[in-house]
Amino acid sequence: MREELFVSGRSNPLIDPHLEIWEWQIPAYLFLGGLAAGILFFAGLFYLRGKEEKFSTAVRVAPVFVPVLLAIGLLFLFLDLKHKLYFWRLYTSFSIESPTSWGAWTLLLIMPLSMIWAALNIESVFPRWDWKFQWAKDIIEFFKKYKTEMAWGLVVLSIILGIYTGILLSAFNARPLWNTSILGPLFLTSGLSTGAAFIVLFSRSKAERHSMGQIDLMLITIEIALIIHMFMGFQASTQVQIEAAKMFLGGQFTATFWVFVFSLGLVIPALLEILEAKGKKVPYYIAPALVLFGGLLFRFIMVHAGQLSRWLY
Amino acid sequence: MRYAMAIDTKKCVGCSDCVVACQTENLVPHGYARDWIVEVTDGTYPQLELEYRSERCNHCDNAPCVRCCPTGASFISEGGIVKVEHDKCIGCGACITACPYDARFVHPEGYVDKCTFCDHRLEQGQDPACVAVCPTKCLYFGDMDDPNSEVSLVVKKRKFKTLIPEAGTEPQLYFLI
Repeated sequence: MREELFVSGRSNPLIDPHLEIWEWQIPAYLFLGGLAAGILFFAGLFYLRGKEEKFSTAVRVAPVFVPVLLAIGLLFLFLDLKHKLYFWRLYTSFSIESPTSWGAWTLLLIMPLSMIWAALNIESVFPRWDWKFQWAKDIIEFFKKYKTEMAWGLVVLSIILGIYTGILLSAFNARPLWNTSILGPLFLTSGLSTGAAFIVLFSRSKAERHSMGQIDLMLITIEIALIIHMFMGFQASTQVQIEAAKMFLGGQFTATFWVFVFSLGLVIPALLEILEAKGKKVPYYIAPALVLFGGLLFRFIMVHAGQLSRWLY
Repeated sequence: MRYAMAIDTKKCVGCSDCVVACQTENLVPHGYARDWIVEVTDGTYPQLELEYRSERCNHCDNAPCVRCCPTGASFISEGGIVKVEHDKCIGCGACITACPYDARFVHPEGYVDKCTFCDHRLEQGQDPACVAVCPTKCLYFGDMDDPNSEVSLVVKKRKFKTLIPEAGTEPQLYFLI
């Protein structure tokens, strides 16, 4: 039997008795960042494939909301900083080994790009929108000429944004639950899935809803496979990761994760999509709402549980 | 130059003088600690084994906190000392999450703070405060690159362990066992 004590009484706030340096701001941002990445990916993809008409919500409507989602996410990131007035230091350096730095610079590129894309399509959400000033109209006309280049930018940057939300966590080997390279693809897939769900929620075209639903079904299937793969990896890994996985396999997060994230957020929406594909009448908003809820909860649980996982010594 | 510390777990009595000396010397805010004492009890009564460890930042050669810092605020200073430049730190918490030893904390003023091996004392040729006050002289500090330094000699002579070497951090605190 072993017992370890801090006899000098260490109790550093946010560190002891267990790490809780990242509270709600980071998981909420990871959700919004992943969601924005998913929406922008489909916008760029369907534009480049010339399917703007069929997927008009994906290309034109949903991206109008992205600058708002990203702005809220950035606000959350700012709220998380403990030395707020120095935030601009992110942009006086670039550190190739730091996922946080990659994320900061990616946001600096994707934020204006998403704003321009939203501006070009704003009439699809606000039909009576008027730019009022001639110079504003001139700018819009100028960017209309470069839509293809911008769509490529959206596809590339959204993949970086989506995968970085996972790599941000997986790069920390001090937290065994996060320290798996599956987390990058897993968060990217989850982000794309929430993006597809968002598009289904806002789409008025049955054909588009059907196709996006099928895409979401595929993404959910990949996500389920990645989650199972992640736990298989933990079980086959060292004691530290076996202990980390125990939190989800009998430990304190078992019920929340497997009932709410896995079943309600992935399996049930997948079944609903299958029923819908078979022509059964299911209210179209249930599956995407569950996917969005599951995606949000998944990030909260992963960020929280990861900080509880640790090396054993 | 490669500063390192050796901690003799056989001589340490867990008095916490090193902790108080650090807090006084570095004006560590109330309720925070840059170093701390861990007491490990192994076994079942009456077969018990006790180990005291005076712990602090390991000033790792391969420091994950430095690698993940987005602004370059965390850096490796002269002699391998891992430091934080307060005016560059945004308080994002990445380094705190990256440290397997939980050796960093957020100073009430917002920046991240940690052990500096008292480099302001080293400049004047003095030992770190914790080393200077230790009543059992269980802390050895010096240059590992110098084969005749006290710390080099004691690490050569004695059996030691480092903490979580499998995390790949190449820690520079040597616990003599």
